[in-house]
Amino acid sequence: MSDTPAFSITTRDLNLWYAKFQALININVDIKHGIITSLIGPSGCGKTTLLRCFNRINERYTYVTTQGEIKLLGKNIYDPDVSLVELRKSVGMVFQRPNPLPISIYENVVFGIRIHNESRQSTRSDLDAAVEKALTEVGLWKDLKDRLNQRATGLQLEQQQKLCIARLLPLKPEIILMDEPCSALDVEGTRAIEELMFELKGRYTIVIVTHNMAQARRASDECIFMLMGEFIEHSPTAELFVNPKNPKTAEYIEGRYG
Amino acid sequence: MALPSLTGKSLRPARPLWAVCGEKMLELLIRFCGVSAIIFVLAIFFFVFKEAAPVLWSKNFNLTQFLCSPEWYPTSVSNVRYGVLALIVGTACVSGLAVFLAVPFSLGAAVFISEFCGPKLKEVLKIVIELLAAIPSVVWGFIGLTVTSKIVQQMTGAPVGVNILNGGIILALMCVPIIASISEDALKAVPDTYREAALALGATRWQIVYRVLLPAAKNGLLAAVLLGVGRAVGETMAVLMATGHAVNIPHGILDSVRTLTANIAAELGEAPAQSEHYRILFLTGILLFFITFVINVTADFVVRGIRQK
Repeated sequence: MSDTPAFSITTRDLNLWYAKFQALININVDIKHGIITSLIGPSGCGKTTLLRCFNRINERYTYVTTQGEIKLLGKNIYDPDVSLVELRKSVGMVFQRPNPLPISIYENVVFGIRIHNESRQSTRSDLDAAVEKALTEVGLWKDLKDRLNQRATGLQLEQQQKLCIARLLPLKPEIILMDEPCSALDVEGTRAIEELMFELKGRYTIVIVTHNMAQARRASDECIFMLMGEFIEHSPTAELFVNPKNPKTAEYIEGRYG
Repeated sequence: MALPSLTGKSLRPARPLWAVCGEKMLELLIRFCGVSAIIFVLAIFFFVFKEAAPVLWSKNFNLTQFLCSPEWYPTSVSNVRYGVLALIVGTACVSGLAVFLAVPFSLGAAVFISEFCGPKLKEVLKIVIELLAAIPSVVWGFIGLTVTSKIVQQMTGAPVGVNILNGGIILALMCVPIIASISEDALKAVPDTYREAALALGATRWQIVYRVLLPAAKNGLLAAVLLGVGRAVGETMAVLMATGHAVNIPHGILDSVRTLTANIAAELGEAPAQSEHYRILFLTGILLFFITFVINVTADFVVRGIRQK
């Protein structure tokens, strides 16, 4: 295995059950490093479930059983020596509804730093620098720099979602998972988040779940199409939308079902 | 073609008279239910004040003496003195100790139930805590008098087992189920998205509890603690039986005391109606009213202060 694996995420024979219901069936995907990959498919096809496997956050429900292998940057995350805390530090997640914590904007951004450095407290100037850097990267610094002590839950939804992305950055994640990050936003907000994704691309591997096929087409480099818990097709976006290999994909993107 | 007029013949048949009247009656009834809470509180206050008021102008009574003297000799033949300081201190000590013991336990229990334990254990614990809340206070007093007082005596070597420590323990046991179940509700009400957000950032369960849940639920938790304080201040029967009932400014937690509530319960039946002693006891009731009122108002301000932040 080389030092820099070409694939950020690879899964082999991944199966997942919610109690008796099998939500993922033999998923084998290879997600490339440094690009935006979107997971598409109709409701209930398992795309969100798959995304939530990549940081093992599915496991907070005790009735979930997972089988198979997921390799992140060459390391199987189901190995017993994997630390969940470290895994989640390097795999950030953005949720469907913006969920900033009910604390100040400043504290939201440094939350990750604080929880991962419990023993040695970072100095105030380090934290200030981290906040400025993260908020600048998501384009919020100019608007928010004078009200960092306000509650984050009072911001506009678009700003909240950007803040949710910003709070991942100080932890220097390898991968950012996005679960329908724009579904609660209006047109302007959606555009802003997509532009932000383009800016982050390259430094981070981004995996985005989306219901919105137009968004997948606009904003992603590769697409993975899933149906009823099964993997159907993985192609570069341009190819998948123009020239799908699988008839089921063709039917879905034509809107025959969904 | 003319549009149907809204004032003239209506478009659909009018509702029958009884339905219209019935609805009005129902509305009136509900309105009365809502207002009755205010009426009852005012009526109680008025009655208690009416019984107590005449003593305020009596020559034997002196408000400073009433509040600041520890000498409570309401039935003395030669020199009647009504000083409730010892009773106020007694109430403060017993309920203070009870809250001090109960708060960490009940918050711990609430956090465990809502965040750490499995679904089956959770059900069992919730039922048991509800049972604990349903034990009548006289039974608690009985336990305080016969069981814990002996233990307290053995463990500490105190001359009498019925003292502040004993009363505080019993009262704490009575407060725990209330504080725990309300705190648990407050924690449950914290949106799950906050937990997921913190978890996805790599927080451990413990970090989620003290960095996310406690700040997010602090209003509810404060309300729970204050209900506990209210219970501790107002509880009568158990403290009457468990604290020794001695009018005495305590010098340590192993001294016996008497509380305001226990004093009223024990003496009102003996005091001749309309006598000075009787009226003074009602005045003590007003004092209790005032204490709980101050606690509630403070709580309200604190909660509002937190909200604005």
